Amino acid sequence: MHYKQTVMISRRLFLMRSTAVGAGLTLGMFLPGGGSAEPAAATPVGAGPGKAGGAVVDEPRFVPNAFVRIGADDRVTVIIKHLEMGQGTYTGLATLVAEELDAAWSQIDVEGAPADAAIYNNLFWGKLQGTGGSTAMANSFEQMRHAGAVARYMLVAAAARQWQVPADEIEVRDGVLRHAYGGQSGFGALAGAAAQEAVPETVFLKDPEQFRLIGTRVPRKDSQAKINGSALFTMDVRLPGMLTALVAYPPRFGARLDTYITHKARRMPGVEDLVFIPAGVAVLARDFWSASKGRDALQLTWDESEAFKLGSVEIEAQYRKLAERPGKLARGEGDAGGALQAADKRLVATIAFPYLAHAAMEPMNCVMQRTPDGVEIWNGEQSQTTDQEAVAKVFGIAPKQVKINMLYAGGSFGRRANPDSDYLVETATIVKAIKGRAPVKLVRTREDDMRAGYYRPLYVHRIEAGLDAAGNPVAWQQRIVGQSIAAGTGFEGALVKDGVDVTSVEGAANMPYAIPNFRLELHSPRQPVPVQWWRSVGSSHTAFAVETFIDRLASVAGKDPVEFRRNLLQDHPRHLGVLELAAEKAGWDTPLPAGRGRGIAVHESFNSFVAQVAEVTVHEDRSFSVDRVVIAVDCGIAVNPDVIRAQMEGGMAFGLSAALHSELTLEKGRVVQSNFHDYEVLRLEQMPAVEVHIVASVQPPTGVGEPATPVIAPAVANALSAVTGHWFDRLPLQLPA
Amino acid sequence: MIKLTINGKQQQLDVDPDMPLLWAIRDHAGLTGTKYGCGMSLCGACTVHLDGKAVRSCIIPVSEAEGRKVTTIEGLDTAAGVAVQAAWKKLDVVQCGYCQSGQIMAATVLLTWNSNPSDADINAAMSGNICRCGTYARIRAAIKAAARTMG
Repeated sequence: MHYKQTVMISRRLFLMRSTAVGAGLTLGMFLPGGGSAEPAAATPVGAGPGKAGGAVVDEPRFVPNAFVRIGADDRVTVIIKHLEMGQGTYTGLATLVAEELDAAWSQIDVEGAPADAAIYNNLFWGKLQGTGGSTAMANSFEQMRHAGAVARYMLVAAAARQWQVPADEIEVRDGVLRHAYGGQSGFGALAGAAAQEAVPETVFLKDPEQFRLIGTRVPRKDSQAKINGSALFTMDVRLPGMLTALVAYPPRFGARLDTYITHKARRMPGVEDLVFIPAGVAVLARDFWSASKGRDALQLTWDESEAFKLGSVEIEAQYRKLAERPGKLARGEGDAGGALQAADKRLVATIAFPYLAHAAMEPMNCVMQRTPDGVEIWNGEQSQTTDQEAVAKVFGIAPKQVKINMLYAGGSFGRRANPDSDYLVETATIVKAIKGRAPVKLVRTREDDMRAGYYRPLYVHRIEAGLDAAGNPVAWQQRIVGQSIAAGTGFEGALVKDGVDVTSVEGAANMPYAIPNFRLELHSPRQPVPVQWWRSVGSSHTAFAVETFIDRLASVAGKDPVEFRRNLLQDHPRHLGVLELAAEKAGWDTPLPAGRGRGIAVHESFNSFVAQVAEVTVHEDRSFSVDRVVIAVDCGIAVNPDVIRAQMEGGMAFGLSAALHSELTLEKGRVVQSNFHDYEVLRLEQMPAVEVHIVASVQPPTGVGEPATPVIAPAVANALSAVTGHWFDRLPLQLPA
Repeated sequence: MIKLTINGKQQQLDVDPDMPLLWAIRDHAGLTGTKYGCGMSLCGACTVHLDGKAVRSCIIPVSEAEGRKVTTIEGLDTAAGVAVQAAWKKLDVVQCGYCQSGQIMAATVLLTWNSNPSDADINAAMSGNICRCGTYARIRAAIKAAARTMG
């Protein structure tokens, strides 16, 4: 066997343990007193996904650490610290434990972790517990394997003691321990004994060639519950006496309630209470429909004297002016200005990106109740630590008194990790206003969800670049204008460096092409429009700006877009790898019939590398379709290739919605769109044929939830440009007649 | 009182006759597999069967469902429904899962009436069901796979 010691290959984990979080993580990994045998308590409603009213297992069990629980019934429960919002974290992270434990996949159950950053923090985020930035797999890769290996070690030690054989002669496979003369046993029969074993200080993790589950397709753990309707989302939580709350929000950001007539609303059947909160007026009723009718019956006027009244057109015009002026330096090499002056050919473009809503299928909602100990929350929880702090502040209690039950999230795309904890704080203010007399489910209708704020910011990019006489790019000067997501939030310290919000420039600041004179600048004008991260964050706009402009340069230089990129990516083998793979699999060099064309784009985000080739057809009426997309991805070790394929397909589709349709616009400060008829998203018949190719790798795994999203818009735009000669200067894409 | 037959079970619900069937099913019959997504028949998350036809329960008043057979995801037990769910599982179609009850209910009706749907048939039957996770390619593949297993 070729095991390596954890500490040797787990440099990151080791460093985290000894420096950043120290005792917290150690205690988390190894519960005080080592393993424990304890009777299981009844699962409270909603304590784990689909676990409502779960069976009571009154038998001893083995809890070697905070991530694994093994019952006498042979079931292995893996506690997952990250939100399952569709990206397969429950499957992927459980795979890591099962791998090192040598468990059978069929004996693995999953459960969402409680909110406790001392144990379940995101190892890339210091002391914060939360999910985002495509980090779930990357930060857990060694932690979860370690948790499984510890459990395996203790089971083996217990078997060795019982069978009186050397531990290293015991084989474990598919949940069964075996020794040639000692006998064999499942995990459950050894659970009680294993709990008495000492927790090892070091364990050995497998080498990649020993993986049995990692790298194979194991079925998703959440499929069954999601196809029979039993999966529990926050929207589905019902507690005794619970009231459903709908809030009447102001029509513009910054408007305040002026006059109100509420008696009609109060008299509506089913309406039980009505409270004034900072966000608006909340109507509480016995069910959604009564709350909705009650809200409709409110007669409110708003003081809009201090409300925001600009429209997207005016905002974009402001930004275009700003883009002509120097901004804060985000990255600079050489002398971009001088090299532009000296260039043989110069090219300039200004590209605009609209505000975007996340429009997750489950509109934001939250269940909360006051308890004797504090507050209990049911939520598809993406940002435990910051939400605990924000809710605790409302009630004047300690963050640890805020208990969070982790449920499935009906999509998020960044929305649920809100820097202001918006919808949780709103729920808390309602619970507080009714003095905690009933549990409250705050529900946002689709219209509320779309109009009450938090959007991908509107951005304008101005790019100017120069080519030398041979067609090589010698200068690149890019200015980005758009609201900072982090400024003024608790994330400012971590994300704003020297006045530059890294989330505004990521994807441009790490632009990989070899261009000797490079300058990237940023303007972050303040607007009262609430903004936040949207799947792939900065890359949702930077990838389009960079990758379409590269195609413009290639066109002016008279070079093939793949060849042009290849020459500029010689120092970036992983970019190059996916570029070549996507081009090859797409048949880049094979001709297409008239009216059809291909475009390519390559982009790194969240340490993963994705290239996409889009094939389009432009019809005579200038409408177009996206027929086929070939995706190549390098995300390190492919823990579950099928989940990766699913994320490439779905992440691409999410980006395609914004490329083709989605645009959230303001007019005189009011949000124009309200529902899926005017905020259009991709539908099934518009989904292209898609194939995914994964680069074989032994690098540590990196994220897959976001990296496919930003690549499709430039790939499609470049394909359309190849067919029509038209270059695009805004999203969503529209071909001029 | 509204008398409803949901998944073969007769129920009397004390609700406003104008209440959309969706909220009667969710808030009063306690069946939460059927989802709220838009409230305007735009997204398909609330799709149920009314006398065997796929309908958007978010815009149908509960009174219109009186005396008719309502089937939700929890009660889906037809041959087509079982085949669709099996194909969904085999291909691991789901991601966040929130829209999938509606997708499965819509796909089941398609396969009940058309045992060998073309791509155009699938487009026509499924274009009203939005999936923000973008599972569309797998939905199409799963419908075809289910059709094959039904022979």
